[in-house]
Amino acid sequence: MPTDGGVAAVALAESAATKVAAYVHVPFCRRICPYCDFAVVAGTDLADRYVSAICAEIQRAEPFDDPLAAIAFGGGTPTALGPRALEQMLAAIESRFGVASDVEISIEANPEDLNPSTARELTAVGFGRISLGVQSFDDDVLSALGRVHTADQAWEAVGAARDTFASVNIDLIFGTPGEQLRSWESSVITALESGIDHLSTYSLTVERGTGLSRAVLAGAPAPDPDLQAEQWLRAADLAGGAGMVRYETSNYARAGHAVVYNLVTWAQGEYAAFGNGAHDHRDGLRSWNVRRVDRYIERIEQGDSAKSGSERLGPWEREVERVMLGLRRAAGVRAGAAGQRLVTSEGGVALRDAGILEVAGDRLRIARPLLGDGVSRALLALAPGDC
Amino acid sequence: MTDTSRIRNFSIIAHIDHGKSTLADRMLELTGAVTEREMRDQVLDTMDLERERGITIKAQSVRLDYRGPSGDFILNLIDTPGHVDFTYEVSRSLAACEGAILLVDAAQGVEAQTLANAYLAIESGLAIIPVLNKLDLPAADPDRVAVELASILDGDPGDVIRVSAKTGEGVAELMAQIVERLPAPTGSVDDELKALVFDSYYDTYRGVVCYVRVKSGLLATEDRIRFMATGEQQQADEVGVFTPSAEPVTSLGPGEVGYLVTGVKEIDRIKVGDTVTHEAAPAAAALPGYLEPTPMVFSGLFPTDGDEFERLRDALEKLRLNDTALVFEPETSRALGFGFRCGFLGLLHMEIVRERLEREYDLDLVATAPSVAFRVGLVGGGEREIKSPQDLPDPNERTEIHEPIVRVMIITPAEFTGTVMELLQQHRGVMGEMHYLSPERVELTYRVPLAEIVFGFFDQLKSRTRGYASLDYDPDGYAVADLARVDILLNGVPVDAFSAIIHKEKAYDYGRKLVAKLRQIIPRQMFDVPIQAAIGSRVIARETVKAKRKDVIAKCYGGDVTRKRKLLERQKEGKKRMKMVGRVEVPQEAFISVLQVDAD
Repeated sequence: MPTDGGVAAVALAESAATKVAAYVHVPFCRRICPYCDFAVVAGTDLADRYVSAICAEIQRAEPFDDPLAAIAFGGGTPTALGPRALEQMLAAIESRFGVASDVEISIEANPEDLNPSTARELTAVGFGRISLGVQSFDDDVLSALGRVHTADQAWEAVGAARDTFASVNIDLIFGTPGEQLRSWESSVITALESGIDHLSTYSLTVERGTGLSRAVLAGAPAPDPDLQAEQWLRAADLAGGAGMVRYETSNYARAGHAVVYNLVTWAQGEYAAFGNGAHDHRDGLRSWNVRRVDRYIERIEQGDSAKSGSERLGPWEREVERVMLGLRRAAGVRAGAAGQRLVTSEGGVALRDAGILEVAGDRLRIARPLLGDGVSRALLALAPGDC
Repeated sequence: MTDTSRIRNFSIIAHIDHGKSTLADRMLELTGAVTEREMRDQVLDTMDLERERGITIKAQSVRLDYRGPSGDFILNLIDTPGHVDFTYEVSRSLAACEGAILLVDAAQGVEAQTLANAYLAIESGLAIIPVLNKLDLPAADPDRVAVELASILDGDPGDVIRVSAKTGEGVAELMAQIVERLPAPTGSVDDELKALVFDSYYDTYRGVVCYVRVKSGLLATEDRIRFMATGEQQQADEVGVFTPSAEPVTSLGPGEVGYLVTGVKEIDRIKVGDTVTHEAAPAAAALPGYLEPTPMVFSGLFPTDGDEFERLRDALEKLRLNDTALVFEPETSRALGFGFRCGFLGLLHMEIVRERLEREYDLDLVATAPSVAFRVGLVGGGEREIKSPQDLPDPNERTEIHEPIVRVMIITPAEFTGTVMELLQQHRGVMGEMHYLSPERVELTYRVPLAEIVFGFFDQLKSRTRGYASLDYDPDGYAVADLARVDILLNGVPVDAFSAIIHKEKAYDYGRKLVAKLRQIIPRQMFDVPIQAAIGSRVIARETVKAKRKDVIAKCYGGDVTRKRKLLERQKEGKKRMKMVGRVEVPQEAFISVLQVDAD
């Protein structure tokens, strides 16, 4: 299975460290999916005030030294807002921050909201990349996930996207209780046959406080990690066979379609973020906005900051984080101070013995990404040192 | 000093929950020792744990000023522990008395431990007053239980006194009977001083406080005294009585019970069972002492966090100040690091010590499976006592293994006799006697290897008899046994803390069950973990904990890097509660699971 650890991929991954990006959160959804614990809200009652608040927050933000390499609209459901509102927010960002000539501007959408007409509207507004929340091409799985759309609708939406956008992604979820390996394989095959440029496969996780979590606590079946491991492997094989390269734990891309916004995040790059619950990273400071939509709007309308918390990492924590984040990528990460300590530590040796952590020259890689949390724990367990 | 004819010294012998403390409370109230307002339930049980479990661990004593129909008397109530593990404490208390109340629940009937202690009292020459308690209960069957009691004591059911300690009914009559039926102490004030130390405790401010019973002579404040066994010479700084609070008196005469404070600060320097006499005019011979308490059950105690080793040592030393039966020595385990091999009187004692260490000293402990002391013959002569399975010499270095045997006495409702016999058989018991206490209740005596009853035997007995059977045991020598050490290997590495010495016939079954249990408890790791049970190099059981294939706690979405890191950090904290055994993470409960494997 091809993974992107080559020289070009390393260069691409590392170059993202000096790029800057922006994120806009749109919390509105038609209905809340039972597994979702994002900062979302059902209905669009507050949409107008929210858009104004976003624009105000953008206006108050400090621009970076460099123009933006990537802008991402996520949610929630960004397309719950009409093209005019999206254009307004995008324009605010572009005028405040400036954009690079090759800027990646992407938006998330649900299949039920995308047709040839809406697709053309979005590209007209300026979005070049779209990420569709397909999740599965099996109607039983979709209904188990509480999704609104059907497999046929998803297929139609992908077609519309592919005809219109320069880069198209599909999100798939594996490990939904009841989903058989064969159903998963056919979802992946359908996705690959639809002619997409990028594929994200996420394992279903039971997040606290969600409907799924309550159901599991009440005795409903939970995702089976062994089956999920099998499913992940099958997806990797199938995507590789279709000419896609896995460049991160959950992400596959055709050449030139790796997501810049994600690469910035994993390279510990800087990004501004707007909206309720949005997290930004600027000048070594990680900070986040209030999670509730109404509070966010009130704060901004009153001229206050929407921040609800922040943390500034010390030099060692920052170094640990760099390795932790970087290891998500197939290109791995330069070992550096934390990486070198890791490989000689007790935990690191055990991870190498188990074939999870690999050392190649001055770089570290995770050979078995589904066990990557163990590497993160070993990193966090290191006693702080010089770096 | 009180005339000996106006003194009565007595204990109450009773089973747990048969109402001993409640009866003591009523007596305290009736004599005005404690006003009703001061009355906390069960005044005499002071340790939290005692109060909580409703059992007495340490002996206590209280002096009651009794105004009865035949005049004023001083009654010294010397409280005794009720549990089998604390027989040695009972024997000390009994030696300070002339009589005992045998208190039995009128609904439950006589229990094995009560019987054992009653026999102990009879052997010590004490006068016994049989008393039925809990007359207020609807289930009380005093006529039947009175017959049982009379049969045990070889007496008349009509002599059995009936009370309800809860309501107070019959208690005044009982007190009058104490004066009537129990003999007064003897002993002359003109003889040399002989005072028995029947207990002691450590007080932070005053040092060691001895409980004493004067047999002859006069013990006065500022006397120069000598402890006859240890030779320790001291001044009697303070002499007093418990009313129940400590009240100094100028002296204690023959028959009197009270306390003695000297300059001694280290509890080890005072031997319970020693005789106090005067330095200048010593007694010719000491009073008969007690048997030193012998630890019967051993277990390793290890701090979960290796840095807590010194704290554990301090805590054990402090506990020993008031629990001379507790013994411990440092032990090193490859799996668990540094800890202590501790010796206990029995399983309850072990449990209580562990609980006190965790609660009162805030220690997080791993306890290894309890073991007994085996005597192992060595090739080339000699014998070695081993208290830990790891110390068992290799088969080619040893001859035969002798294991400790106990005489088990069980009282059970007759309908469960068959199932109890079956249980005893499974535990290699050899039947001794069977005696019907009444048509409904049977007393069974068996010889059983102690090792067989340290693993959950009591629970099995209770569940087979719906909780009705009771048990007591006494050491009864050693016997040769066909034993083997079953080792557990995790990932090919033997884990000493899981080793146990088991009868060969049961070794296979034990190994299989323990391995299956460990497979459920040990979480999946980064690699396959084989779990094997082995005798020597022969593997007798095997299971595998399959390697985990996916370990993702949360997605890292959007730019929220903080959340994922915090989740991982929290998870890392959880890992601290795991013990690393070689490369394998083992949860603490795994070490306890060894206790829960029964060979049924």
